[in-house]
Amino acid sequence: MLLIACPYCGERPEIEFSYGGEAHIARPADPSALTDDQWAEYLYMRTNPKGTHSERWRHANGCGRFFNAVRDTVSDFFVVTYKSGEPRPDLPVKRVV
Amino acid sequence: MSAFRTASGGRIDRARPLRFSFDGRTLHGVQGDTLASALLANGVHLVGRSFKYHRPRGILSAGADEPNALVNLSRDTARSTPNVRATMIELYQDLKAVSQNRYPSLAFDVGAISNLLSPLLPAGFYYKTFKWPASWWKKVYEPAIRASAGLGRAPTLPDPDRYVPRWAHCDVLVVGAGPAGLAAALVAADAGAQVILCDEQNEFGGSLLAETTATIEGKSAQTWAAETVAALQKHPRVTLLPRTTAFGYSAHNMIGLSERVTDHLAAPSANLPRERLWQVRVREVVLATGALERPLVFPHNDRPGILLADAARTYANRYGVLPGKRVVVATANDSAYRAALDLHAAGATVAAIADIRPDPDGALVAQARAAGIPVRTATSVVRTGGSKRVSWAALAAVAGGSPEAVPCDAVLMSGGWTPSVHLFSQSRGKLRFDADQQAYIPDVSVERERSAGACRGVFGIAAALADGAAAGEAAAKAAGHGGAKAQTLPATGDAAGAGGWLGLVPNAAATKAFVDFQNDVTAKDVKLAVREGMRSIEHIKRYTTTGMATDQGKTSNLNALGVASAALQTPIPQIGHTTFRSPYTPVTFGALAGLSRDDLFEPVRATPIHAWAAEHGAAFEDVGMWKRAHFFPRAGEDLHAAVNRECVAVRRSVGIFDASTLGKIEIVGPDAAEFLNRMYVNAWTKLGVGRCRYGILCREDGFVRDDGVVGRIAADRFHVTTTTGGAAGVLAMMEDYLQTEWPDLDVWLTSTTEQFAVIAIQGPKAREVIAPLVEGLDISREHFPHMSVAECKVAGVPARLFRVSFSGELGFEVNVPADYGRAVWEALYASGHQHGITPYGTETMHVLRAEKGFIIVGQDTDGTNTPDDAGVGWAVAKSKRDFVGKRSLARASMSNPARKQLVGLMTVDGKTVLEEGAQLVENPNQPVPMTLLGHVTSSYFSASLGHPIALAMLSGGRARIGSTLHVPMPGGAITVRVTKPVFYDPEGARLDV
Repeated sequence: MLLIACPYCGERPEIEFSYGGEAHIARPADPSALTDDQWAEYLYMRTNPKGTHSERWRHANGCGRFFNAVRDTVSDFFVVTYKSGEPRPDLPVKRVV
Repeated sequence: MSAFRTASGGRIDRARPLRFSFDGRTLHGVQGDTLASALLANGVHLVGRSFKYHRPRGILSAGADEPNALVNLSRDTARSTPNVRATMIELYQDLKAVSQNRYPSLAFDVGAISNLLSPLLPAGFYYKTFKWPASWWKKVYEPAIRASAGLGRAPTLPDPDRYVPRWAHCDVLVVGAGPAGLAAALVAADAGAQVILCDEQNEFGGSLLAETTATIEGKSAQTWAAETVAALQKHPRVTLLPRTTAFGYSAHNMIGLSERVTDHLAAPSANLPRERLWQVRVREVVLATGALERPLVFPHNDRPGILLADAARTYANRYGVLPGKRVVVATANDSAYRAALDLHAAGATVAAIADIRPDPDGALVAQARAAGIPVRTATSVVRTGGSKRVSWAALAAVAGGSPEAVPCDAVLMSGGWTPSVHLFSQSRGKLRFDADQQAYIPDVSVERERSAGACRGVFGIAAALADGAAAGEAAAKAAGHGGAKAQTLPATGDAAGAGGWLGLVPNAAATKAFVDFQNDVTAKDVKLAVREGMRSIEHIKRYTTTGMATDQGKTSNLNALGVASAALQTPIPQIGHTTFRSPYTPVTFGALAGLSRDDLFEPVRATPIHAWAAEHGAAFEDVGMWKRAHFFPRAGEDLHAAVNRECVAVRRSVGIFDASTLGKIEIVGPDAAEFLNRMYVNAWTKLGVGRCRYGILCREDGFVRDDGVVGRIAADRFHVTTTTGGAAGVLAMMEDYLQTEWPDLDVWLTSTTEQFAVIAIQGPKAREVIAPLVEGLDISREHFPHMSVAECKVAGVPARLFRVSFSGELGFEVNVPADYGRAVWEALYASGHQHGITPYGTETMHVLRAEKGFIIVGQDTDGTNTPDDAGVGWAVAKSKRDFVGKRSLARASMSNPARKQLVGLMTVDGKTVLEEGAQLVENPNQPVPMTLLGHVTSSYFSASLGHPIALAMLSGGRARIGSTLHVPMPGGAITVRVTKPVFYDPEGARLDV
């Protein structure tokens, strides 16, 4: 039972959270100006890396806030969590948990 | 006394005899016996029939790794547990056990024909059989396979026992209470750590419980163990959990423990749970799980009476039982010599020790020779004989030559020791194959844990004690409790764990040389898998099913690797190993379910009106976790009769309906309208205060996700409703956009689903029902038109009153604080009495709205429909720059006229009610597979119209209105006419009152 460090509440068990997909994908400011391919890129295309992945999580059964995380998709461990709106840290700090 | 009981010795109480029955036969054991040791004491070795070949099988081990002796244990008809290992059952008075997988009896089992047919039944035979003739599969093969599959029989009555969950935190969890674990727990606790020590056995001590010669700190090993346990028991920082298996290691040191509380008691108190499931979050783990002895793989190594050598030693030393009077020992390492010596001391004759090694020269070998035990080096057992009990073992030189049959009534085999790395592997630690040890041992940890003792290849009591103490010290320190110093405890005893043999013994055939006893997998099967092209151990495992039984390969995995390695001509580390999975040993469903059973299985959400509905005879249905009144049958009515009556009553006069479960979200703030504009398809800016609009929410891909009436309470306050099932998801979606896309908007969202009770009054008399109870609002036709909302009082309670209609009749929805829900309902019901007010349920609600063609999201839509497909394209704002889903709706394919569109259907015969989900075709006589044009989404008999109606999603539906289609059904095709999706009052005149 993974512990996830919510930036607002601290370490909580994973069952309190819901996953929010890849992070740092801004909704286009003017969707109507996009071609079908560009819109499909936004809707469906994701990085899907083997290794560290920037993603969004929500503390659904807690504070209800969205936040971001870098998680290693191979080991499943979280490297770092950070608040919504903050950029992905360049060098991951020491493992949060 | 039983024939094979020793005169003295063992941790049993010969003065306390116990009566038990096995297969209906009454036998006797003593306090301290397991079922296995008691059976052996009575000379009973035949305890089961193997899975596939139905070969006679006996007890192989003395612990949790037992693959053969699986019995059914029952206390009464309901308390019947199949597949229990006899070696782990503590004997109690009148215990009742029955063998499995045999008919009609263990001694005479017709299933044994499989053994004769075994050449036709190698591993994976089912990939090539049961295919012809095809029709035989359903009638012959499948029923026969189902009848013969499995080992035990599941109980048929609900489990009456209680199982409770427990949660705990501690600094150090020590798994395993052998010498390493006891030492670790002592040191950690002394250092100041909170310690939990658990062991699957009923007594702590592990391997020390069978030690008769070793000493620790000058006392006998068993005395040292007893004193240490007593010290730990008194220690304020230590929790001892015997009979507790650590079965699962999950992320961040969350360990699952299964504690068996009452299974060993003859008459368990009803106050005790049968088991406890512990979920323990631990700072640091010490794994002291020991090692498991391996069998040797030679032909017919599976007969009753053939045991693991150290198991035989355990039976002799711990349980005072001789597994045989004349034993042959087959080995490739030193520890079996200790077994031979101990059995010899207990009165058995050791006819020979066959050692595969050419020059064994350990101290134990010399002792055995000195005791007069014949030791034959470079010799292997190559075959055994005896059907229901082994009666001879054939010994042959490793180099070759004819075998010699040695008569015996037991064979003890030792292929070496496999460190038990299951929990370490579950923690996702990396294993390393140690070539010297010929074993996989823990290498790189991922979690905060460390292994100590035999489970990491450190054998011998002295070494295990030292290793455990060091691990305990390190664990305590890492948990923040430095300061204890692990002392070296002097100990005498053998250090005989290293060495051994992997795979088929030399110069022996592979046929009937068993690798996995429980799944009946032989060395020949593993070689077959390799010949069939399996290269990876994962494929070999699945093709042969070796390691896939309930023992998870404890006695078979390494031998399978050995056979595979020889067949592939590849060293073991390059082949790898399979994944160890939780649970380490089987855990009852009861323990995993815990308290989540019956009424506590799922939370039940009930509305404030629920009790009233129940008192008035409502039948309920589940909508998500909610209970909703489905219909209100009067005496003698079934569903259809009740619904017909309710529908007619609403349209003729007035009905009352509980709509409390629908989602409600309060959207408040200066940017409330802007936020709604961006989320929903509709235009909201111009919606006046006090007005309502039917809102559609799409996903970003343009498909309808949810719908609901939205009321504007104030310029900066909207009351949004959602479907019952969609409430949480819609709020989550809104929060997603608000928090992560538009955090600059000044608006906030609150779920008010449970804060408001919602009472719908629908029907021509609706205004007359509510008018006497409404204060502070003019609800006349002129001043409160359709789709209005206002705050007022109803029955003296502050309310939001909506004039909305899901039925197509004049309608109101009274929203009051939930605690007042029932009182207001009763007031309205009383007020409606003179108008014949009729309570109605969800079924009637569905029929009434279908008569009007109102969609239900998730029934008429399935997540692949645009608003236009669903007939609500009119709701989409024409001139909004953007909203969620707008860009996707502009895709060319979203306007394809062949898309499925909402239509109505009427059966031509005017009587047949279509089945929801039934398909629509043009020509019912076309060959299968037919071209499917769409399907029926909603279908009812309409009492108001006197004929059945249906809604459907039909390809190019709107262009097909007026045409005839067919619905193929098993009893014949039904002819339907495609209509507009509205059957009742298409102009909406009934609302204009």
